[in-house]
Parts: sequence; structure tokens; C-alpha cells
Amino acid sequence: MLRYIIRRILLLIVTMFITSAIIFALTQLVPGDVARLILGREASPEALEQFRAEFGLNDPAPVQYANWLMKFVTGDWGRSFTGTQGPVRPLVTDRISNSLRLTLMTLVIAIPASVLLGIAAALRENTWVDSAISLLSLSVVGLPEFVTGLVLINGIALGARALGLPATSTVPDNTLADWIRQLILPAITATFVLIGYVSRLTRAGVLDELKKPYVRTAILKGLPRRQVIFKHVLRNALLPTITVIAISFGWLIGGLVVIENVYNYPGLGALMVEAVKQKNLFVLQAVVMVTIFFFALANLTADVLYAVLNPRIRLE
Amino acid sequence: MIQLPVIAANRLCIDYKLDKQWVNAINGVSLVINPFETHGLVGESGSGKSTLALALMRYMADNARIESGEVLFYGENLLLKSDSEMRRIWGRQMSLVPQDPLASLNPAYTIGEQIAEITRLHEGLSRPAARQRAVEMLERVRIADPEAVARKYPHQLSGGMQQRVNIAMALSTQPKLLVLDEPTTALDVTTEAVILDLFRSLIQENRGAALYVSHNLGVIAQMCDRVTVLYAGEVMACAPVDELYANPLHPYTISLLASIPRPLPGHETRLPTIPGVAPSLAERPRGCVFAPRCPVALQQCFDEKPPLEETGPGRLVKCHRWREIADGTLPVETPHEPPAAQWPALPGEAHVLNVEGLSKRYGSRTLFSRVAGDESRFVQAVDGVTMRVRARSTLGLVGESGSGKTTLARCIVGLETADEGRILLLDVMIPNMLRRRSRAFLRELQMVFQNPNDTLNPYQTVGQALERTIRRLKTEPLTPERIQARVIDLLAAVRLTPDYAGRYPAELSGGEKQRVAIARAFAANPALVVADEPTSALDVSVQAVILNLLKDLRAREGASYLVISHDLAAIAYLADWIAVMYLGQIVEEGSTEQVYSAPSHPYTEALLSAIPAPDPRIKQGNVRLEGEVPSAAHIPCGCRFHTRCPRKIGAICEQEEPPWREAGSGHRIRCHIPIEDLIVLQNSAP
Repeated sequence: MLRYIIRRILLLIVTMFITSAIIFALTQLVPGDVARLILGREASPEALEQFRAEFGLNDPAPVQYANWLMKFVTGDWGRSFTGTQGPVRPLVTDRISNSLRLTLMTLVIAIPASVLLGIAAALRENTWVDSAISLLSLSVVGLPEFVTGLVLINGIALGARALGLPATSTVPDNTLADWIRQLILPAITATFVLIGYVSRLTRAGVLDELKKPYVRTAILKGLPRRQVIFKHVLRNALLPTITVIAISFGWLIGGLVVIENVYNYPGLGALMVEAVKQKNLFVLQAVVMVTIFFFALANLTADVLYAVLNPRIRLE
Repeated sequence: MIQLPVIAANRLCIDYKLDKQWVNAINGVSLVINPFETHGLVGESGSGKSTLALALMRYMADNARIESGEVLFYGENLLLKSDSEMRRIWGRQMSLVPQDPLASLNPAYTIGEQIAEITRLHEGLSRPAARQRAVEMLERVRIADPEAVARKYPHQLSGGMQQRVNIAMALSTQPKLLVLDEPTTALDVTTEAVILDLFRSLIQENRGAALYVSHNLGVIAQMCDRVTVLYAGEVMACAPVDELYANPLHPYTISLLASIPRPLPGHETRLPTIPGVAPSLAERPRGCVFAPRCPVALQQCFDEKPPLEETGPGRLVKCHRWREIADGTLPVETPHEPPAAQWPALPGEAHVLNVEGLSKRYGSRTLFSRVAGDESRFVQAVDGVTMRVRARSTLGLVGESGSGKTTLARCIVGLETADEGRILLLDVMIPNMLRRRSRAFLRELQMVFQNPNDTLNPYQTVGQALERTIRRLKTEPLTPERIQARVIDLLAAVRLTPDYAGRYPAELSGGEKQRVAIARAFAANPALVVADEPTSALDVSVQAVILNLLKDLRAREGASYLVISHDLAAIAYLADWIAVMYLGQIVEEGSTEQVYSAPSHPYTEALLSAIPAPDPRIKQGNVRLEGEVPSAAHIPCGCRFHTRCPRKIGAICEQEEPPWREAGSGHRIRCHIPIEDLIVLQNSAP
């Protein structure tokens, strides 16, 4: 088991290494001269040359890559081309912490909601309850986030002003009330994206397990139905669901591009869009690296969690 | 005072919902189980025996419903009880030992927890007390290290151990009724014998009643006091076990008993068969359900359902003609198909197949294992096997699961590539790798698989499947008409009518699918057909048909067989020569007569001793193998069998590989014990 985890961590490092090379290569292919892009068309050749020297843009690509990577792992993520032209790292880590808050809020809503809906649908398979849950969860998945987001903003934030929910979300301070106030609408929007998949998966998992002979064993032991379901069935049925939730963690950190824009929330996704618009090379590199890191980390967590929770794998 | 029966089912009818339609599965079954009785319930697949057994516990599948009748448990009708009332009976007064021991245990909890849960619930024991009781129960089912096993998870145990856990669980509250639903079907014959001994003594100790459900007439004969025979959801007969086997009154019982292959060599005889297939649930015959397949059915049998009549004390039979059968005026003889003409035997010692020193191992050397010098990652499935199949004969390869017999067969047909050794087909060496084998070799070497349900493409008709094989393996250009004619030929050879060519596999029964699979194997006139457990997925009555068919085809087509089986009785009927395999090696070979009588390798002796005879008067042999086949990743030193051998003679068995000892006319045994001593030991055995 320990060997398995170590192997997975090594794999994560290799993944990061390869993706860093790809990211660097892609940014090299961005059309146009970066120096001219930043300094503008009227910049003098001397200024351009000085800029290139300052940012190491004249070195051969492999050298640039090695320098960039070395600096990156030692914590020097370069300087932003725009705005205050300050260092990239504090900018990005700030956004990470913002994104983590939104992710946390989303998971707090999405996990209980979708798992409970999935269980309810499975236990009432082929009844109106099951159909209603399927219909509801699948129809919200079909709607893009900017639609559900705008509906929520117009309907709740602007429509029901008495609730006092803001139409644009800012980073919450450390009170529960503010967390809910600021993050509830974007979190619900993200939940809508997850709920269909997670609840269907839970439903399928529970139905699969219900068919297995060990459930009959549990019933014929005389166990109350609640224990049969919650102790015996769910312990096995939720394994795939837990994996998917762990993977979705990666998407929530870096992939909420649309939701963050709709709510104007300063997360990692929003920063990525800004960086692309402004061709802010080092910021973009850093954001993409961080996003990929969280994706890989989420995958690793999912695999390890699955193995830990499953004695058949844990004790191999 | 009359003692109340433990279970009394009265005119029970159970329906199943299939395709939105209710069909009748159990039709008016009455059944009584008395205290201290082990009641056998025997029937073929689809007879409804499992449905009935679970219904007696008032447990129904979601798509089943009890239509009418009653189930009395000590006089109380279970069908009137609420779920919460049932929960006080389930696990406390009645328990189930299921068919699939692994799947019936929750993979996520330890063995100890799963047993302790029951006594915590029903006896209100504290956690430590229930835990202690669980360990005691594991000890009672003779598990060697109960403390350690209690901490394990189900998948860490072998099949036999898993089934011990299930019975420990079922008995932990001393239930009044124990239902055993095919509890040993998933186990090897040697493990089965040990588990049956255990069940027998535990059922006696428990002092309750038991219902033993099985398709295996041998197991029923060895385990039960009284037997009910179920066919198409109806009781055909019920009798004390001795009378049922010695003096069966129902034509179905008679035919079923006749169709069992016995482990006695009998090459000239043919197995009597039951023609046709059991009726489907949707189209139940109006009269006697067995009439369409009955050799002595009258018009009356088709028109009118016979009553279940009492023929003597405790004997019931449902047949219009039981009186004629009982007084001996009506002999029930199942139809004999005439055997096909025999091919003349080939002169001398011609061999179709020679296998020399064949080895196969699995597992790769990872960098880690190479550095650590870890050899255990290899699984040596087949280890230097040398064997021959003579022309127009059948070699039977027997052994427990894990013996490597299937791997060996797959290496021969090329589905696996052997690592070492040579394969000679018709005295020509063929490459071990399938891709390097020419079309001609493929033609001569065909395979029939164990499970006919998985071997036919569900989207191809039988005709298309056969055509494709004929076209792929043809030796000369064939016109479509010739191919069609060949398809019809092949179907006729396996006794199927030409209209089967247009059917899809889903429209065929298991036996019919296996016939198509056999027809496909014979499509290109092969020299050798390898059959891996060709009948083990089939019912007894269907098995007899397939065994006869294989025998006829061998005579008709002049082919040879390599048949693999764990069923020593079935293989005795087919094979002329037997090779016994254990942990990747052959430990004994000889003619069927030689192998099935003393002297035998101690392993063969144990295999034969484990067969439950379908006759309650013949007790099972008493040579038992404790433990399981060791993993092929950790093969014991010396003689590989020494860890389980009941006839081990000493340190030599653990240290030295045993020599081949000749027992005359090609019969060889790989053992340290001299042949003369084996004869003395085995003839003096009780």
C-alpha cells in the first residue's frame, strides 16, 4: 500500500514535469513578439532589447525553459507584465486561497445534496420519485453555468433583494454569515454542474450493490433496513462516488472560469482569463501550472482514497 | 402429542415478473420439514428450487410475489407476518448458507464483525462479547487460527474458508431452520467433501432442521434424510432418501438417476438421456409438466395433471402411472440413441498430439523484484508437462482449480503462448505462438469452451457463426450452396434441425448452445478438439446428451479429444486415458481403468474419495485433503503435494522431487511410495 502511494506520488511529479514542458512550449508558440506586445508599437529598439535582456527572452528555448523551471520550483514565478508589475507568486497564491473557499462551499452543498438524491432515487427505483430526481438533476446539468448563474443572479440576488445576497461575489471575511452571503450563489451554480453526474453515479452504485448477494445475507440476518442500507450497502456503493468527488475538486479549483466571471469573483479561473486577454505570459504559465497541479493532486487523492477505503485493494 | 413441523408449505404458488408479465414459477408446492430432519430439495436449473427455498424463509426477489398458499413455521403463517416480525425470525430462528460464499459476504467488513453483528442484534451481546462469540464460532467450524481469521476480510480467504465463515454466521444463534442453497457448488470436489463432512456434524450438533438445496444427486444422497424432487416448479416426488434412490417411482426421478455418469469405466455403454428441455415458465403444459419428455407418457398425461398421491408412509409421487412402475409392470427406459459407426482403430502408436516439457509462467519481473531478488512474483502455472494424445482416443485431464489444467489447454490451442517446451501436432512441431501458426494447424486444432453462453456472438445467427468458421478454415474454394449444405450437415451431426441455422444464441438453451459450439469446432474436420469443462455449466440431463454426442462425433469424424474436467465421473465416461494434474505438473497417468483403481497417486485417491456417490448406501470415501491447493507462486519443495498428502511418509517428501514409478502398461505414478506399498495401503483402506 505504501509502495502504491509512493509510486503514485512519483507519477504526479513526472506528470508535472511533462506538463510544464508542454506549457512552456505552447507559450513559445504564442504569435508575435512578447516584448513588442508588452511595450507597445512605439517602443524604441533599445527599449525592446533591454526588455528582452531583462526577461531572458534572447536565450535559446531550452535555456529559457531550464531557467524558468528552476525559478519556478524555487518559488520565483516571475513578474507580471501589467498593472503594478509586481511578482506573480503572491498574486496567484491569493487567488488559490479565494478559489479554495469557493470550492469548499461548493462541496459542502454539492456532496450531501447529490448523494442523498442518488440514494433516494435508487431506493425508489422506477417510481415517480426516481424519475423526478433524474429529470431534475439531468436538466440542470444540461444548462450552461452562465445561464444558471444569470438566472440565480436575476431571480435571487436582484429579484429577492430582501435576502440580501450580492449579485457579484467578493472574497468572504471569516464569518460564517459572510461566507454564505458571498459564496452561496456561485456555489449553487457549480453544484448544478456536479449534481447530475454525482447523483446518477450514486444511484447506479447503490442499485449495483443492492443486487449483490451480501445484501440478502444482511437482510436475512434480521438487520433493520436502515442498517442494511447505511452500514452494508453504502459502504460499498459510495466508493465510485467518492472518487468522482475527489476528481471534481481539481475542476473546482481551476476550472470555474465561467462561474467566476459571471459572479465577478476573484478566483484562479478569472485570473486565467485576464492573463490570456493581456497576454500576461508569466501569470498565465503560473496559473496553468497551479491548475494542473491541483488536477493531478485531485486524481492522486481519488486513487489513494479508493484504495484506502477498499480492503480488496488496500490489503493486496 | 404430535410435534409441529418446522416448516410446512401448503399449495404455495409463486409468480415472477418477466417482461411486464407475471409468469408462474412455483405451482402449488406442498412440503413438510420435520424437526431434526435434513430435507433435500433437488432439481435442475429453472426448476425453481432456490426460489422455493428462499420463499420458505419468506424471502422474495423484488420481481417475485407469492400468489397463494401458506408457509407455516411451527404452525405460524409467515406470509401474514410484517417485516419487523420477520426480522426477529431471520438470523435468530432461520438462517441461510448461500451458494456463492464470497459474494455473500460484505467485502468492506472483517469476518469477525460480520459474525458478531448477529449476536449483538439478536442476543444483545456487548461488542467484546459478540466478538468473542464470533471467534468461538470460527473455531467450531474448524478454522485453524480463528483470532487471525476474524480480523481478515472475505477476499483474503479461500472459497472453502469463506463457506465455513458463512456457516459459522448462520449457526451463531442456533437457528431452528438452516437453509443451505447449493452451498458447495462453487467449491472444488476435494473442498466440497471436507465441507460436507463439516455440515453433517454441525447440522447434527445444531439440533434443528435443515433444508439442503442442490442439483447434485450425489450430494443430496450423502446429506439428506428425505428428498423432494422439483421439476418446473412442481413436486414430482418426495421420499425417504434410501427409497428414492433404491426404488424411484417417478419417471423423471428414474431418468435423472440413470443419466448420471458414474465413476466406473464403461466405454461401451451410452448414457441414457432425457430428451427435450424443461418447459419455459411462460408455457406450462396443461397436463403433467414432465409429459413432453417422459418416456412412458400416455395421452392422459398430456391432458390431465396427475395428483400428488401418497404411495406409502412418507412417500409422495405425482404420476398417473406410478402403480404400474411400483409393481414392476412398467419398465421406464430412457431412449437410447443408436451409437454411430466406429472408425477403425489406427494401427500402432500413432499420436495426434505430443506435448514435451511445456511450461508457462505468469508475472513480470519488475525492476523492484529484480533488485530485491524476489522470485515469488512469478506464478508457475504449468511446469514441464509432457503428455500425448493417441489417435482417435480421448485424453482426460483432471485436477482441482489452480492445478494449471486450463492454462495447459490454452497453451496447446495457442490462446496463451507457452514459455518453454514443444507442441507436436500430427508429428509436426507447431509454433507456441498463435500468430505464427498456419491456417492448416488452426484447422486441425479446435477448442470447445466451458460456458456456451459466452462463446457465441449474440448478434450472429447459428448459421452465420458456422458459415464464418467454414469459410475461414476451408481447404478449397466453396460455393455458397456447398457452405450451406455443410452448415446443415454440422447441425445434423449435433442433432439439431436445419432451422436452427436462423436462430440467435439467445433463443437457444444452454445445452443447444453447447451443441452449436461443438458443431463449430468440428466445422473443419479437426484432428484434435480440446474441450475445457464442456459439460460443467450444464444440467445433469443435458450433460448426458452432450457426453453422448461428443462420443459419437469422435467415432464419426475420427477426431481425438483432450477433455479437461474437475468431474472425475463425467470424464471416466469419455476418456480412455487419464492424466492427473496438480500444481502445474502431471502426477499420474494411465488408462481410465488403471487410474480409477488402486494403485493410485495419493492425490488421485483423494479426488476419487471425494466424489459424493449418487446412492445413499455407498458412503463417500474417507480420504480427505485438508487445506487448499497452494498458490502457484509458492510451490512447495520436494513433492508439491506433501503439504496436503494424507499418505506422506517423511522428510523425503519435503526434500526430494518424487520419481516416476511404473505400475505397468504405461500407468505411471509420481510418488516416493513404491507401487507395491501403494497397493497395500489403498486396498486396506476402509
